[in-house]
Amino acid sequence: MTTKAAALPLRRVEECMGTVFSFDVRAAGVESADLEEVVDWLHWVDANFSTYRSDSAISRLAALGRARTADGCREEVRHVLARCEELREATNGYFDAYATGRLDPSGYVKGWAIERASDMLIERGSTRHCINGGGDVQVIGGQAHCEPWQIGIAHPLHPGTLAAVIVGDDLAVATSGSAERGTHIFDPVARAEPGYWSSVTLVGRRIAECDAYATAAFAMGEAAMDWVESLAGYEAFAIAVTGRTWASSGLS
Amino acid sequence: MKRVLLALTGTIAGLVALLSFKVQTETQATILPSASGTGGATAAPGNVNGTSTAPSGGTTATPAPTSAAPAATVVTLDGAAVRTRYGTVQVEVQMKGGAIASVSFLQLTGRDRQSQEINAHAGPILLQETLTVQSAKVSTVSGATYTSDGYRQSLQSALDQAAK
Repeated sequence: MTTKAAALPLRRVEECMGTVFSFDVRAAGVESADLEEVVDWLHWVDANFSTYRSDSAISRLAALGRARTADGCREEVRHVLARCEELREATNGYFDAYATGRLDPSGYVKGWAIERASDMLIERGSTRHCINGGGDVQVIGGQAHCEPWQIGIAHPLHPGTLAAVIVGDDLAVATSGSAERGTHIFDPVARAEPGYWSSVTLVGRRIAECDAYATAAFAMGEAAMDWVESLAGYEAFAIAVTGRTWASSGLS
Repeated sequence: MKRVLLALTGTIAGLVALLSFKVQTETQATILPSASGTGGATAAPGNVNGTSTAPSGGTTATPAPTSAAPAATVVTLDGAAVRTRYGTVQVEVQMKGGAIASVSFLQLTGRDRQSQEINAHAGPILLQETLTVQSAKVSTVSGATYTSDGYRQSLQSALDQAAK
């Protein structure tokens, strides 16, 4: 492999936000220094939005309870809180940064961080890349030689195997499920742990909203099928705890 | 000819082993015809041809494009063409009584990129056939959020390792 013609994939695996981010950049001109800036920014997000760090902006806000005002906060904090509120409305309350009673926008922050990292790479000249943040994926362009990206969907009931593969360019793929960390999603509407799906995968264009929608669809249970069909620009693939699979009309 | 086919089967099996993908018996019967993309874009090639009739037992293939009919007949299903790192692969599966009776290759191309390209600008396409899923050349894996520890056991970790 001494040819210089094909851009060598630029890879990076970075632990951040309690999970691991995998970068796969296949665009000529993007250098490791560019990737370094993106990774630095992810750590900045972690420091400011972590609910595990008592000194983060979010922890300080959470301590104030619902009476908090983000007016004095940085633009990024105000943006995240405003988007969480919009997403709560768009999901009929199923995506809720206050699902546990205490402010926790992490369900939005990771997807938003992946999306922003992807935009930063585009600003630095990337036309093809894949960012996987703890199982949530944003792909831009195709693979080398213009093949579409192939994104496997982990089977929640059979660890180590794939349940399906999504093929395409410029896609966001987010999966919510109980396989990795147990049921960490709370259904804020029924005030219970959701139990219908083993995992729900949403396919859209941009990962921030896509990720929040996957969380909401998982919490919705069976009603997620009608809800996803009503969304413009989204498709879904889901596996019930019984093992039954469902794909939205645009995929099946 | 038989020798060549066996050799290629070996390399594909090797790829499957590399990524620890196991074939699942319970989804073997779920063979979807290729999906059409959103916005009417071109979909992956592939179709379902009932050479005789539809599956028996009532618990087999989800889409039943052919009309229902008696049990124990042989149904031939053509999978979507899928690229692996060894070229494009399209399999034909013969099912008998709801179980896979035989698998043969309709297409096995090497470096011929012109053949059976999946339209790169199609909407999202779902591959759910067991055989194509387990041999697909995935770039990344989406799943429920893993912790830093969980990552080490994940398929994504295997892919990151394989790329080094």
